Amino acid sequence: MIQVFAFYLFATIVVASAAMVIFARNPVHSVLWLILAFFNAAGLMVLLSAEFVAMLLVIVYVGAVAVLFLFVVMMLDIDFAQLRAGFVSYFPLGGAIAMVLLVELILGIGAWQAGSLNLAQRTAPLPEATPNIEAIGQLLYTRYIFLFEAAGLILLVAMIGAIVLTHRARGGTRPQNIDKQNRRRPEEAVRNVNQPVGQGVDLGGVEL
Amino acid sequence: MSLAHIIKSYTLWEFVKAHWLTLKYFFKPKATINYPYEKNPISPRFRGEHALRRYPNGEERCIACKLCEAICPAQAITIEAQPRDDGSRRTTRYDIDMVKCIYCGFCQEACPVDAIVEGPNFEFATETREELIYDKSKLLANGDKWERAIAANLAADAPYR
Amino acid sequence: MTSFIQSYLGTGFGWFVAHLVYILLIALPLMLAVAMIIYADRKIWAAMALRRGPNVVGPLGLLQSFADGLKVFLQETIIPSAANKGLFLLAPIITFTVALMAWAVIPFDAGLVLADINVGLLYILAISSLGVYGVIISGWASNSKYPFFSAMRASAQMISYEVSIGFVLISVILWSGSFNLSTIVMTQKGYYGDWLGGLGLNGHAFNPLLFPMAIVFFISALAETARAPFDLTEAESELVAGYQTEYSSMSFALFWLGEYANVILMCALNAILFWGGYLPPIDWAPLYYVPGIIWLFAKILFFFFVFSWVKATVPRYRYDQLMRLGWKIFLPLSLFFVFLVSGFLMLTRYGAAG
Repeated sequence: MIQVFAFYLFATIVVASAAMVIFARNPVHSVLWLILAFFNAAGLMVLLSAEFVAMLLVIVYVGAVAVLFLFVVMMLDIDFAQLRAGFVSYFPLGGAIAMVLLVELILGIGAWQAGSLNLAQRTAPLPEATPNIEAIGQLLYTRYIFLFEAAGLILLVAMIGAIVLTHRARGGTRPQNIDKQNRRRPEEAVRNVNQPVGQGVDLGGVEL
Repeated sequence: MSLAHIIKSYTLWEFVKAHWLTLKYFFKPKATINYPYEKNPISPRFRGEHALRRYPNGEERCIACKLCEAICPAQAITIEAQPRDDGSRRTTRYDIDMVKCIYCGFCQEACPVDAIVEGPNFEFATETREELIYDKSKLLANGDKWERAIAANLAADAPYR
Repeated sequence: MTSFIQSYLGTGFGWFVAHLVYILLIALPLMLAVAMIIYADRKIWAAMALRRGPNVVGPLGLLQSFADGLKVFLQETIIPSAANKGLFLLAPIITFTVALMAWAVIPFDAGLVLADINVGLLYILAISSLGVYGVIISGWASNSKYPFFSAMRASAQMISYEVSIGFVLISVILWSGSFNLSTIVMTQKGYYGDWLGGLGLNGHAFNPLLFPMAIVFFISALAETARAPFDLTEAESELVAGYQTEYSSMSFALFWLGEYANVILMCALNAILFWGGYLPPIDWAPLYYVPGIIWLFAKILFFFFVFSWVKATVPRYRYDQLMRLGWKIFLPLSLFFVFLVSGFLMLTRYGAAG
């Protein structure tokens, strides 16, 4: 009973907030609706007793990725008039994408009507008693170890690639060397002088 | 970088030293007084809340010469005057806007009869702004309340004037 | 107690009522604790500056926080006309709620935990990553420059330090072999028990491989809760009051409550993850007669004292120094220790079943 109630609650909020992502006029509101959708999707995952995936969804998507989205969107300088001006020229492309999605939806629903995949025949049936972190770990590090490592490698390459592409070494800067500063001791920096009266201060080669 | 420096930086030695210092200070006696229960002594010349004084026979000192109003750099004082029934010149209105006042003490310096003085009271915070616009009755009441302290302060300061 | 209530109200509804009672049993004392800990913070901070701190309201000023709370209650809630009203009011609620939510998985004693879930630590990470939104939304919705700068700083800071916190937690998880906080506490029992004649030490921090991680976690916790020396988000010399600048009255109070509830949570996590949680510090039978909740509270209070102590001692970091510390020192360090810990566990087969 409570599961059904929770499912419909989460599901309704996911769908509604996903719709609001598209319909919200303000892009920041869109991102916030997207975050709500992620969060409720995590709730759905918990209902499926996939708590590990749910937590990862919140940590990775809500906690990190969406914050970056929010950063970018908050920084945007949006001119709504300009956005609307592009509407007609982009309409054919957008319409085509919408049509493709519609066809996919129809196909998907049709396939679902024809009978679902038999989940009992999945390649690695979940052991019932193990917590699903262990279950995922056992699958990832045995059967799918190559795919897992390859995915990690691809992400690493992508990360390094992004850094290489965007990094510009600017000349002429004088960055602070914190290690050097930390290594400096009072004895090296301070000079005690018994200054005679009436004579200028010898700055020891320091040019003013 | 010597070995000692490396050890010091990895054991956060400077932070440990700093925290040890503040911990010693934690147990030291306080440098501040226990304010609302203890107060610092104040000078007889202290310029606090204003008061209008009376003569010992109960007659108000102020003769409405308006010198204080004239000298007030913040223009916080407003005085209106009329002859009283017995023919003496007295104020009908004596307002000080304590929000404008800068506590320079010029009014008490200007006063020929020591009527307006700044007393030793500095704890007259109020909840509303309106309460800080003092009228004559409030100032006279202050004078009655603080007369002993004010008289003592004036007497203590007299040899230096 | 759950079964007692269930016997009166039926299984489903009884469970609901019982858990509502549990939640209130955690949340209300927590609010009280926040009030007292704000007072303690001010007193400790004052004592180290040779001042007296609050001393008028109630005996020794103990009721100062309640007086402040009452004052804040009676003030007017000001919403700037240019602000985004809905989000402006939502932000403090998010901060406050998120700060309370994380307490659901904190074990106060053996078996004394609201939700004994097997992904407890991940839940904490997830909830603490939500905390960013209260800050960032308040900064944006205020439609004012200083709050916005502050929100940018705060969210970048929290995300940066969450990375190193994540790796620190991984080394703890590796050693304990579980995400469940109660299990993590129980695996800390009796370090060096064989050498010390049965009187082992309780706490991962006594493990030389995990002690540096305890320090890193403590410092990251300071940064995560934006306490001094990492309080750049409300650096009053630069940003007025940071993201709270435009807030007043109850919305401001919610930020404060949330902030301090987070601080207590971080103290509790320090105690639970590295210093043995509800276990006494030494694995000695008579010490177990003291209830575990007392040990946990003692540890939380100790860590809170250290939080205040640091605040009274260390000057504020500059922003680039903060980022350097997070990304260039803590991240490689904690990554290296994940490698060390997992390598050690792999070599010795510690905790491996069979």
